[in-house]
Amino acid sequence: MKNPIYLKNVVTLQLDENKCTGCGMCLDVCPHEVFKMNSHHVEIQNRDACMECGACSSNCPANAISVQSGVGCANALINAMFGRNDGECCCGPDISNKAASDKGCC
Amino acid sequence: MSSKFELPVIQEQASCCCGPATKESENALPDLNQSFVSGFVDTPAGRLPQVSSVLVWQDRWGSIKARWGVGRMEYKVDPGLYTLGTPDDKSLVFVSANYKMSFDCLRQALAGRSAWILALDTKGINVWCAAGKGTFGTDELVRRIELSGLKKVVSHKKLILPQLGAPGIAAHKVKQISGFNVQYGPICADDLPVYLDAGFKATAQMRIKTFPLKERVVLIPIELVEAMKAFLVLAAVFFIISGIGGPAGFWANAGSFGLFAALALFCAIIGGAVLNPLLLPYLPGRAFSIKGILIGIVIALILLYLRGINLTAWPGRAEAMAWLLIIPAVAGYLAMNFTGCSTYTSLSGVKREMRWALPLEIACGAVGIVMWIGAILIA
Repeated sequence: MKNPIYLKNVVTLQLDENKCTGCGMCLDVCPHEVFKMNSHHVEIQNRDACMECGACSSNCPANAISVQSGVGCANALINAMFGRNDGECCCGPDISNKAASDKGCC
Repeated sequence: MSSKFELPVIQEQASCCCGPATKESENALPDLNQSFVSGFVDTPAGRLPQVSSVLVWQDRWGSIKARWGVGRMEYKVDPGLYTLGTPDDKSLVFVSANYKMSFDCLRQALAGRSAWILALDTKGINVWCAAGKGTFGTDELVRRIELSGLKKVVSHKKLILPQLGAPGIAAHKVKQISGFNVQYGPICADDLPVYLDAGFKATAQMRIKTFPLKERVVLIPIELVEAMKAFLVLAAVFFIISGIGGPAGFWANAGSFGLFAALALFCAIIGGAVLNPLLLPYLPGRAFSIKGILIGIVIALILLYLRGINLTAWPGRAEAMAWLLIIPAVAGYLAMNFTGCSTYTSLSGVKREMRWALPLEIACGAVGIVMWIGAILIA
């Protein structure tokens, strides 16, 4: 069953087609088929399916892709709002082992 | 016997820029006495633990416990190099996280094959989360390659990584620094045999992350356990307030109002933490909060109907209104939290959702509580 789409017109994914060399790494690593290849470079075919995981930008040797990736966990954002735990969720680096083992992790 | 390892310069860099090196990353060889280790193999990189591709009941029970949050942060394997079967210098190298569930998933998928397994120190976190945080990352991979002595045991330069490790790994940088070529295998370890037999070719389906019922279900226990801990406290508070504030004696009030409050909160939690994940793709609304709020409204209406409140008088109206606010607020909040467990929500999207949803949930919850207390007092 195809994934439902989350919210529309919100992701920070940017592709600079001029820098793209057509290596296709982003096609391999993207878990939601956001990109497709045309004659010499990739295109974004399904922007709203992007979950900003950052796999594409990390693996683009031409630095043609940028995206603001981060922990997409509501708990992490709430912690950030209240200035707790360095804005991480339960598995953040600053949390002591005791607290983390109490909470369990996703 | 103690092997002395000449740790190369790269280890100094690693501990400098990434904070103090923990004891774990300085011991290059994984402990041979770990429960799942079935033997050892002497290699040019030292005496390495040997694992099999057969999972035993302790492995499965460990996974079940982890899913319920029991000993979750301790469910890890020592990082480093392991042998699956009896690999030689041409055998493939598979990279995993040191979360035991990830490790088990990988070795189980490679039944009948001999291979090297390199477990990165992801602090016991699974591949995808660790990749997002950077612990399943380029630095750790390069460091682990050096620390484990991988170059001494294989004559090729190929590493097979899970696709979901990609957010943390820059394949071209790994090549540059370590000389190893990163090949991204399928998302699911179970697809590895087909992928390998096809000559390292993944089908399109192998590269798409879906979120089917089975995967949503296993995420429920941990959310539920967390919510239940809060429930016990909240239910007690509601119980006591109803006992004190109500018209009759403590226990009579607690019986007529407190029990229903506990039931209502319980159902709200089931709605947000269980029903929402189960029915996720079928529920209306893109934002998870909307799905949760709708579930909450339905639950509230059913409960209020069953309670048979007298809506012609103010106490009854106030109580009904209170639950129509509190239950959707709780269910909506829990549903919103499920975005962190889902496989298709973006950070920007979650931020946008939370901007309206969190204040709404808090406001409705607060107003609802005030109305409920009011209803108790005027009853």
